[in-house]
Amino acid sequence: MPVSDDLQKAQRFREMALPYLDDVYTLARYLLRDASDAEDAVQECYLRALKHFDSYRGPAMKPWLFAILRNVCNAEYARRAHSHTAIEDTPEVAEQTPIWQETEASPETEVLRSRDAGAIRKLIDALAEPFKETFVLREISNLSYREIAEAVGAPVGTVMSRLARARAMLRAAWMAEEEHSK
Amino acid sequence: MTCDEAKILLHALLDNELDAGHAREVEAHIAGCPACAAEIAAQREMQRVLADTSLRYAAPANLRARIEASMPQPQRQPTRRSVLRGFAMGSAVSALAASGVVAVVLRQDDQQRILSEVVSAHLRSLQAGHLTDVISTDQHTVKPWFNGKLDVAPPVIDLTAQGFTLVGGRLDYIDARAIGAVVYRRRQHLINLFVSQTASAVYRAPKTETMQGFNCRRWGNRGLNFWAVSDLGADELAEFVDRFEAAMKGNVEG
Repeated sequence: MPVSDDLQKAQRFREMALPYLDDVYTLARYLLRDASDAEDAVQECYLRALKHFDSYRGPAMKPWLFAILRNVCNAEYARRAHSHTAIEDTPEVAEQTPIWQETEASPETEVLRSRDAGAIRKLIDALAEPFKETFVLREISNLSYREIAEAVGAPVGTVMSRLARARAMLRAAWMAEEEHSK
Repeated sequence: MTCDEAKILLHALLDNELDAGHAREVEAHIAGCPACAAEIAAQREMQRVLADTSLRYAAPANLRARIEASMPQPQRQPTRRSVLRGFAMGSAVSALAASGVVAVVLRQDDQQRILSEVVSAHLRSLQAGHLTDVISTDQHTVKPWFNGKLDVAPPVIDLTAQGFTLVGGRLDYIDARAIGAVVYRRRQHLINLFVSQTASAVYRAPKTETMQGFNCRRWGNRGLNFWAVSDLGADELAEFVDRFEAAMKGNVEG
């Protein structure tokens, strides 16, 4: 009968997916920039994941959950389209800009000062999509390039160029802020 | 390799994503290109600072609770006893008065509470690794296993020929007492047969009740109380009980 099947499925899902709750929540916070929106998105993500758990074939649970969360967040972006732009590929605008442009002006010798986590989170939050999500998936969620490609549905080459550009932008913003605060 | 390529690939080098061949190529370019060497140094520095900073967020506890609550789960029904216990502890009702109430309520509610405990025990047994303490399809292995563990010798009968395969046995706890559970399987469905001693040797005819989607058929015979719990349909569970009783009768008389 479906009752015990559902229970067994839920139990398996719980064991496999709930350990990544902090990871999923962290990504949601960076994607949505709002704590309560992030909570709603994460809950919706887990609901959908459980619903589609039958079709999950592994092996990596984290990128799979991230891919679902990303869809949920995109729906949220669509809902509040007036205030933010969706996580969509906009290669004609962003990715054709030479990636080294931002750092070219920075003196080579300058060293970044350690800043508090809040300040760095703000700098990351200010990154444009899809660079921010690529950066967060690599640097904070600790995914491999292949896993990022899987989660965002883009080729590994695209992931690499986005990541290079995200880091260049972040460093430029960081340096600019330090310059400003001098 | 051009600087354009190197400025992308140096990140893959930092992230240990390059195979040995490409890593050597990028390193060779960097060795001969001050601009790219400066870039990788700067990026390495930033990566170091980022690694030292806590950039993750911890999910709030209530989010975890919300997600848990939205999933189907084996939930123990709160028994009258626990409800009253909470009430008694959280209120000004004296312990004496509360225990009097508990006793009255329990007497009326005993069967329902035990049924709820039996179903909970069945649910627990379905979770991985909880089904059997002794795994055997041989009744002569399962039956002696219970010896010394219980104040009762649960009848263990092989019903494979009748379509109910013996899976094994387990100790469980119902009504705060150790109780024997004999596990059978029909197709993909599991049946837990709980057996406990009773003071009354009076035969009580089988009766099926349903709780949380499970069928429970309980009866009493020869000084033992039986509860057969399964997600099998009521008709098949009744068939199991009939086969079991017939085999028991055969064993006793034979």
